[in-house]
Amino acid sequence: MYRDGKLTTILLFLPPALLLFTLFVVTPILNAAHLSLYRWSGFGEVTDYVGLKNYSTLFAHSIFHQSMWNSVKIILASILLQIPLALGLALLIYRKTPTNTLFRLVFLAPYILAEIASGLIWSFMFDGDYGVSAQVASALSMPSFYILADKQFAFLAIITVIVWKYFGFHMMIFIAALQSVPGELLEAASLDCRKSWQIVAFVKLPLISHAIKLSVFFSIIGSLQVFDIIIPLTNGGPSNSTHSIVSYLYTFGLTRLNVGYGSAVGVALFLFCVFTALTYKRLVIREGKSA
Amino acid sequence: MSSKPGMATLGRAAVLSIAAAFVILPLVATFLGGFKTIGELRSSPFGLPPHWDMSYYGEILHNPQFWSYLQSSLFVSLSAVLLTLLCASMAAYVFAHIRFFGSKMLLSYLLLGMMFPFATAILPLFIKIRDLGLLDNYLGVILPQTAFSMAFAIVLFKSFFEQLPHELFEAAYVEGCSYTRFFFQFTLPLSTPILATVGTFVFVQSWNNYLLPLVVINSREMFTWPLGMMQFRGEFIVEWNKILAFVSLTIFPAIVFFLAAQKYIVAGLTRGSVKG
Repeated sequence: MYRDGKLTTILLFLPPALLLFTLFVVTPILNAAHLSLYRWSGFGEVTDYVGLKNYSTLFAHSIFHQSMWNSVKIILASILLQIPLALGLALLIYRKTPTNTLFRLVFLAPYILAEIASGLIWSFMFDGDYGVSAQVASALSMPSFYILADKQFAFLAIITVIVWKYFGFHMMIFIAALQSVPGELLEAASLDCRKSWQIVAFVKLPLISHAIKLSVFFSIIGSLQVFDIIIPLTNGGPSNSTHSIVSYLYTFGLTRLNVGYGSAVGVALFLFCVFTALTYKRLVIREGKSA
Repeated sequence: MSSKPGMATLGRAAVLSIAAAFVILPLVATFLGGFKTIGELRSSPFGLPPHWDMSYYGEILHNPQFWSYLQSSLFVSLSAVLLTLLCASMAAYVFAHIRFFGSKMLLSYLLLGMMFPFATAILPLFIKIRDLGLLDNYLGVILPQTAFSMAFAIVLFKSFFEQLPHELFEAAYVEGCSYTRFFFQFTLPLSTPILATVGTFVFVQSWNNYLLPLVVINSREMFTWPLGMMQFRGEFIVEWNKILAFVSLTIFPAIVFFLAAQKYIVAGLTRGSVKG
């Protein structure tokens, strides 16, 4: 009936992707919504219905508040520290020259390293007996200082590693956007504006505003997923002060096989992500497109 | 006036050097640390080692377990890449070239996958993997990884396939070539750049993944390298020189891969962001 085999192709080509996606992405999330209403250790029948109790426990848990706040801190650090750094460097090296390419490679390198390896490297750097902090402390003839065991500074250390690892990624987004700005536009601008900062502020930045918005979006979604980096650095400590939402989920849901509770954390994270993503898209990205 | 551009160049060089040092210093310290004794590491963590002690690196390189970690990771990552490339490109081909009822809905369904982190459902996912009997089985890592890469792979493939010259297909169609055959005979061979880009990203993601193998793999002889590295760290918690040697040996292939595949990594980042 279909000489060109459209139907055969559809029936042959679509199911693998759909099946895998449904089985391993969609159903687990639906299951999470269902299981979050139960208390279940993962074995036997799921019968112990507790209603919204997992959620009320979760939202009353001070460590969860802390981990939410930590995620917000990572978002703020990305927007206030990482993106400006990435943008500044992108403006310095976006032109295609051999030295610029070299710098670009160097800055992008941490992005492809494993989070877990990056965390280990930096846990050495921050070690009070060896790395940088030991050097600084001995230079000032102070007693050794263990940043990662310090409630006040441990999270700052984690933010440093996050910036180290991801600023190159954002820089590449900006470089790509800057390279697609037509050259004539910049030439015309350089005739009108005397100072180069004026060209940056009034011509280049507005032209790549879409890339900036996108980069902020990636920052937010990425910040909500931080996990691997925290494990080798602090493992959520000292006294559970440096958890992210995912490491909280891992510690309080998964390692104790609190399936219901962990699912509730997952659902909360899911809703948080979807809400943030949709709000941001509606408020910032759409608005920019229509303007 | 004439000194101004000079100052600007100098300032630019200074900023770039500081940023580069921030990136490179930890990596160099890690690499050099693997050659030092604990005492040397303590007195000079960043300097060159007084004598280059190869024994820490040698010990790990002679450890069959280290190679087994890398082998497991390689197997898992390559399988995830192949499976993602095949499933995603086939699905994207249908979305790009065949109009049928519900195709838009199905596409947006798949694209949901870009929205949320896979950690959200890690517990039910763990239960599902267990119920399928895939615990301590590489398939339990490969299949979910493939499923989670699907959305972004389909987006990249679809936009690439739509840009392929349409006359080619029309000519083939007149010759009586079916959609299925056209895909394997023309579309795939013409798509090597995008296959390489998607493949690179899936590979890096899978190679670096920690949470999923942590949950799925239990027996030590099946560990992927991130699990092996954390295990190693747990065993030699105070012997930083051994740990640093281990880390360096895992970073080294990553850097080599990065230099070899940078073209595709940059292409992927650019494509993803410009398309938005």
